[in-house]
Amino acid sequence: MARNPVTWLGSPTFPKAAKTALADTQLRQNLRKATGTIRGRRAAAVAEMTDWEQLRVAGEQIKDDVLARLDTLLVQLEESVTARGGTVHWARDAEEANRIVLDLCRAEDAQEVVKVKSMATAEIGLNEALEAGGVHAIETDLAELIVQLGDDRPSHILVPAIHRNRSEIREIFQRRMGVEVSDEPADLAEAARSYLRQKFLTTKVAISGANFAVADTGSIVVLESEGNGRMCLTLPDTLITVMGIEKLVPSWQDLEVFLQLLPRSSTAERMNPYTSVWTGVTPGDGPQRFHLVLIDNGRTATLKDSVGRQALRCIRCSACLNVCPVYERTGGQSYGSVYPGPIGAILTPQLVGDLHDPLAASLPYASSLCGACFEVCPVRIDIPSVLTHLRAEVVAAKGRTPESIAMAAAAWMFASASRYEKAQKAGSLARFLAKDGKITSLPWPGSKWTSSRDVPAPPKESFRAWWRKNRG
Amino acid sequence: MAVKVALFATCLTDTFFPETARAVVRLLERLGCSVEFPLDQTCCGQMHFNTGYREHSKPLARKYTDVFGGYDYVVAPSGSCAGMVREIHPTLGESPPRTFELAEFLVDVLGVTDVGAWFPHRVTYHPTCHSLRMLGVGDKPMALLRSVKGLDLVELPDSTQCCGFGGTFAVKNAETSTAMLADKMRCVLDTGAEVLSAGDNSCLMHIGGGLSRLRAGVRPVHLAEILASTEEDPWRATP
Repeated sequence: MARNPVTWLGSPTFPKAAKTALADTQLRQNLRKATGTIRGRRAAAVAEMTDWEQLRVAGEQIKDDVLARLDTLLVQLEESVTARGGTVHWARDAEEANRIVLDLCRAEDAQEVVKVKSMATAEIGLNEALEAGGVHAIETDLAELIVQLGDDRPSHILVPAIHRNRSEIREIFQRRMGVEVSDEPADLAEAARSYLRQKFLTTKVAISGANFAVADTGSIVVLESEGNGRMCLTLPDTLITVMGIEKLVPSWQDLEVFLQLLPRSSTAERMNPYTSVWTGVTPGDGPQRFHLVLIDNGRTATLKDSVGRQALRCIRCSACLNVCPVYERTGGQSYGSVYPGPIGAILTPQLVGDLHDPLAASLPYASSLCGACFEVCPVRIDIPSVLTHLRAEVVAAKGRTPESIAMAAAAWMFASASRYEKAQKAGSLARFLAKDGKITSLPWPGSKWTSSRDVPAPPKESFRAWWRKNRG
Repeated sequence: MAVKVALFATCLTDTFFPETARAVVRLLERLGCSVEFPLDQTCCGQMHFNTGYREHSKPLARKYTDVFGGYDYVVAPSGSCAGMVREIHPTLGESPPRTFELAEFLVDVLGVTDVGAWFPHRVTYHPTCHSLRMLGVGDKPMALLRSVKGLDLVELPDSTQCCGFGGTFAVKNAETSTAMLADKMRCVLDTGAEVLSAGDNSCLMHIGGGLSRLRAGVRPVHLAEILASTEEDPWRATP
């Protein structure tokens, strides 16, 4: 089986990648500013809602219901889409999905396609697969375009170029578009607009993802802010939508919940500027050929795990990234995948499906378990619980290691108060390593601590020793 | 009748910070509780559970239930360990006794915010992630501190951000942990406080370890020690 392109080939483990990223002072500055701003705005947008907690519970329940009935709802979606003149394709993995899309492009004789920002196509590495097949994909979302023109990788789900500031973006645009432009946001946006407008008007095939698909009507929904999506979804002759199988909602009414949860959680807007909905093909209006490619790519395997499956509730809002103290410092590329941050730490390893993979195995540990992600998640994914659950699977996959031996010894010691007390007494001898009440250097793995932190000298007398003497 | 309380000192405080546990005893007794310390207690199993050694954490959770099962109230000077007992032990098949973080116990059970403490120092408070988000302790520690005579309480900027400890995270991702610590220390230093307080010695050991390395001149002091301090028997810095 081909490797799952959800992780980038050759990416180091999280701690290694993070070490490099942490040294990039420009990145640190850009992220601190960007995540700090969006955090405050999201909190304000959410505070306006008196029923936010009920909405979160509703979002959780609708998604859990979808996951429980996925088999029948997907068939219903296929029937609805087909009845309205669309064609549904099923792809087991990235390779199959990419082949289906490439064949569809070839059937239209397309050398260029325009794209609406989509996580599903990024997950399967569609652009690279199309390029290899002689079809050039043009990203039309501003941030996605910056990443594409910069030969870069995305670092955020919603704002893939969040790691770039405007002077860096100016440099990329000047180099790749061959235009003179200032670093004023309005000028940069205008440069992108002129560059893209001509593409919208001449390109015959568009590729999109989907935020939601309504099973009973066959309607597909895309939320966006820039209007580029609306262009792609209406102007070309052929529209190909690539969508993860978990993106369903049962009925039109269910959208009510998510159209409130998603904009406030992701862009901190009460309502996003553009919500496009289409149902199959409408004669004489919009694309006349519509293909829906449903991808599994590890989702069915994820669904099997009763704890881990809640990751499939995710609506890709990015709120967890924006509040994550780890993400804020390391940036998204350290996670080695299009899915960074807390959701990436639980979703990527499950989609990869192999915890012997060193990168996948390192991701569940890329968290201090502070819980800020769970607090903001609009569909109440208990990310800390999934992280500890996956850590247990990583430990099981690794088998015997120096760490597992040390952990077993510690558990044996803690299982008996008298062994614990003996260990305490032995450990208190470490006070002889101390100077001025602190220990500044320990051998590995203690050195990982003392590289930046002192350790207090253990006291002569533990609390229990004091208690025994004075109160026992 | 005196409220009977079992003290769960936690392995970290028992071993490294005995003065905190002694302060809890002094404070609770001053407030009219009778305090017991079951000597058979060890560790709640959090390190094992959070690092992926769920199976090893099970016997420790069982031991906790066995040791504390007969008590109406168990009090721990740690939001993190109390959170482990309350939120995680039930997922390991245990029905643990009612376990409280110290500030919760004082405010919710004893119904006090003014504990008669005196602490004439400039203090800032780090609320710690598990107290905030697992237990929902909220503003209770601040309410307690605001009632302490002589105490100059300064709000910590970005207080709800994690200090970067995270148990074994601090060594498995030492560089990222240190970057988080650097920002936390910057916030602490910005307050001009002499004392950094928190309800968890683990977080205090982390931030305090960084401050000590930098000779920053800020002392970590557990909330219990501040609340135990009185004009008659004031807190004294241990060397």
